[in-house]
Amino acid sequence: MRELRVYEAIAEALAEEMRRDEAVFLMGEDVGLFGGTFRATEGLMAEFGSRRVRDTPIAEAGIVGLALGAAFAGLRPVPELMTMNFAIVAMDQIINHVAKMRYMFGGQFDLPLTIRAPGGGGTQKGAQHSHSIESWFVNAPGLRIVVPSTPADFKGLLKTSVRSDDPVLFVEHEMLYSLKGPVPDEDDDVLVPLGQAATRRAGSDVTIVAWSRMVHEALKAAEELSEEGIEAEVIDLRCLDPLDWDAVLGSVARTRRCVVAEEGWRKVGVGAEIGSRLHETLFYELDAPVGRVGAADVPTPYAKGLEQDALPNAGDIVQAALKITT
Amino acid sequence: MIAPTDQIKLYKLMVLIRRIEERVAESYGEGRIGGFTHLYIGQEAVAVGAITSLNHDDYVIDTYRDHGHFLARGGDPRKFMAELYGKSTGICKGKGGSMHLADAEHYFYGGTGIVGGSIPIAAGLGLACSYRRDDRIVMAFFGDGATNQGVWHEGLNFAELWNLPVIFVCENNFYGIGTGVDSSSSLVEVHKKAQGYGMPGYLVNGMDVLEVRKTCDEVVKLVRGGSGPALIEARTYRYQGHSMTDPGRYRAKAEEDLWRKRDPIPRLAKHFLKEGICDEARLQEIEVEVEDVCEDAVQFALDSPDPEPAALYEDMFKERHPGDPHA
Repeated sequence: MRELRVYEAIAEALAEEMRRDEAVFLMGEDVGLFGGTFRATEGLMAEFGSRRVRDTPIAEAGIVGLALGAAFAGLRPVPELMTMNFAIVAMDQIINHVAKMRYMFGGQFDLPLTIRAPGGGGTQKGAQHSHSIESWFVNAPGLRIVVPSTPADFKGLLKTSVRSDDPVLFVEHEMLYSLKGPVPDEDDDVLVPLGQAATRRAGSDVTIVAWSRMVHEALKAAEELSEEGIEAEVIDLRCLDPLDWDAVLGSVARTRRCVVAEEGWRKVGVGAEIGSRLHETLFYELDAPVGRVGAADVPTPYAKGLEQDALPNAGDIVQAALKITT
Repeated sequence: MIAPTDQIKLYKLMVLIRRIEERVAESYGEGRIGGFTHLYIGQEAVAVGAITSLNHDDYVIDTYRDHGHFLARGGDPRKFMAELYGKSTGICKGKGGSMHLADAEHYFYGGTGIVGGSIPIAAGLGLACSYRRDDRIVMAFFGDGATNQGVWHEGLNFAELWNLPVIFVCENNFYGIGTGVDSSSSLVEVHKKAQGYGMPGYLVNGMDVLEVRKTCDEVVKLVRGGSGPALIEARTYRYQGHSMTDPGRYRAKAEEDLWRKRDPIPRLAKHFLKEGICDEARLQEIEVEVEDVCEDAVQFALDSPDPEPAALYEDMFKERHPGDPHA
């Protein structure tokens, strides 16, 4: 299979969905002429024109609100927030409007919109541009949260999200954009279903649950652990809502040990939820408490060394796994 | 010129909204309606004059003071009252309540409880019209308070920038809860805020349904013809407090009395009698007809069942997944 980088996989997914459905259109800051801050919409304005690839003002709440209105009317907008950090500006539209309007109105309307949100730390962008805050959105019911880690998943999950009649927050870790990997081509029209985790590495001693960039840290950690004689199973959640609890519970029931690795802050994070659910469900099968890896409880600092210390990495996962396996 | 039969329809709609809101207040007092309930009494001429200028498939979107607009749009009084009573037969199955009435059948995209929150969504509905190059337009209702919110300005900027067919209707009732418009807005003449976006702004007497309707007919024609968005400021007054729990101590009695003298319903009745459009007997008939509708709506709400416990987890998503919460 041919290989693509993540940003190319995204552009390809968008182009394919736009070709098959006239209702799909893009809007966001610099998505058109500029080609997207991370090149993920490169070439799309040339193919589809400025009606379907719309450059917007810098007004994130407005961008999400307009997309919601267009979705209400039956279009399939794919708004891009230049970064997930700016989702905080649009929080009221996302949580109070996008996430609530189907339920609040008794299911009268479909809301087929996919909000693309690049984010994450690791490139010295400082405290306001390094957020991994997917846990905030998971906390509120009403959104599907997609957190891909491989080029093929970026494409397959994005295509599924765009075709979904429910609102999706599609989280793209900025450090993954240049990652290269095999990606199915247009003729295959491969869709990756929402809510199905993938086992990236099989192992019997400990389960590492991760998503987005942390999947790659987890795989590195698993190699290091293997040298110590510990075989880790790496579960890539791919979606945080719906969350594939069967995959998580099934794996941990076998390995009896689990580490959850997230890039966001540990405090009240997704790892806290998964750990708690594992303790509630598998308490008597667990050989050790569930370990959690996440960011230090500080705003992300700028200085390279401090930033590396603040963000979790493979070494932290190894330490957490060793703590519960030896 | 609005045909006499149409004028009578406008009158009847205003009376319906007035009388049904009186029933809402009564039911609230009896503890049958909970939460926040914002009455529309006093402002009827705006919803009725503006919404009747639209086609059936135009889009309407609203703020939380949404009862009048829902009914003026043709919403079923039974489903309206049942929603406020939190019954399964409510328009939103009892999940929305007073502030969140929506009606897909009538292209009514609901009330939001967040001041200004509906404005970018209105522009988005307009974007859909423009994108499809269809003949539809959007009408968005909000209060004077919304015009100080950030998203209001974002929405107007988008609408003008992209030449979207949206009519923004500001119901200036001079108070954002208990704070006067002169204490909250740098520009008290709200319609002039349109100038900041290169958009036409209109001022109408929101206590005169015929004037509202006449202006809206003209603006609708322009906007449907591709002129781009417009802002209409309708000056009006809510007779009650902000919500049912607000005694309204921040307003002077003399001011309230002054506005009550401008009441849109007797005003139109007087016009009918003067112009011979109808007689006193017909006005009485209308009261009786409306009374029947109100009584029927309340009875329907009383007789309707509460939502089943299983409904708690319904209507979350179109596509269900095994991991979703369920009963």
